[in-house]
Amino acid sequence: MNLKTTTRQVDGITIVDCSGRITLGEGSVVLRDAVKDLLSKGQKKILLNLGDVNYIDSSGIGELVSAYTTVKNQGGELKLLNLTKKVHDLLQITKLYTVFDVRDDETSAVKSFK
Amino acid sequence: MLMSEDRRSYTLDSTLETVDNAEQAASEIAAANGFGDDEVLQIAMAVREAAVNAVLHGNAYDPEKKVRLDFERVKGDLIITIRDQGKGLDLGKIPDPLSPENLLKTSGRGIFLIRSFMDEVEIHPSQTGTEIKLIKHVHGAPAGGKEASQ
Repeated sequence: MNLKTTTRQVDGITIVDCSGRITLGEGSVVLRDAVKDLLSKGQKKILLNLGDVNYIDSSGIGELVSAYTTVKNQGGELKLLNLTKKVHDLLQITKLYTVFDVRDDETSAVKSFK
Repeated sequence: MLMSEDRRSYTLDSTLETVDNAEQAASEIAAANGFGDDEVLQIAMAVREAAVNAVLHGNAYDPEKKVRLDFERVKGDLIITIRDQGKGLDLGKIPDPLSPENLLKTSGRGIFLIRSFMDEVEIHPSQTGTEIKLIKHVHGAPAGGKEASQ
């Protein structure tokens, strides 16, 4: 299943609920467009909820990195929420787990934004 | 299931659909050959990454060029070979995605993931394309402890 995203606002933070696969092609494009759309609207505090993302390939990892740096370069913050074990393991072996701010509780994640 | 010395081969177009099909075939064959869920996922992902390299970087989506995918069961090993018809991968240009200067790069993790997930990986570039051989020991025990090589 390709990636689907829905966004919601909680205390000024934009939560992007993602489900499906973030892979080369459509999945990566969907994520890229979602982040681009938020930034164009000035929404720079973004929490990516990956709880229903059970598969990411190297292109998807690259897209997460791209989203992170793009948001950061525009003065915003992008954090990850609710990683599945598979995605968690991938971020561990690629040493990106320490790069991203990874959270497992939505309420505290929202509060953690500056 | 691939029986001992059995082989299954596919000749695929240089499209994104090929990447998905290669992953699916790998998943089915790995499961049929007795690998557990985690190993099936690892094998399928390694094949997906190799197929991405073949389609994008090797054949560059050229409709005239094909990707050859072979699965073989040789004794205790599942051997998967992916060949493209590109200019040949430059092994000297494969980055270390774990080095600090590359950590935030948006590409360059495919070969690293392949090596992480398979027991042995051999990459053979030539002027007529790149062949990458992926080996997974069926019962998880290394066959002679051979180190992965290029």
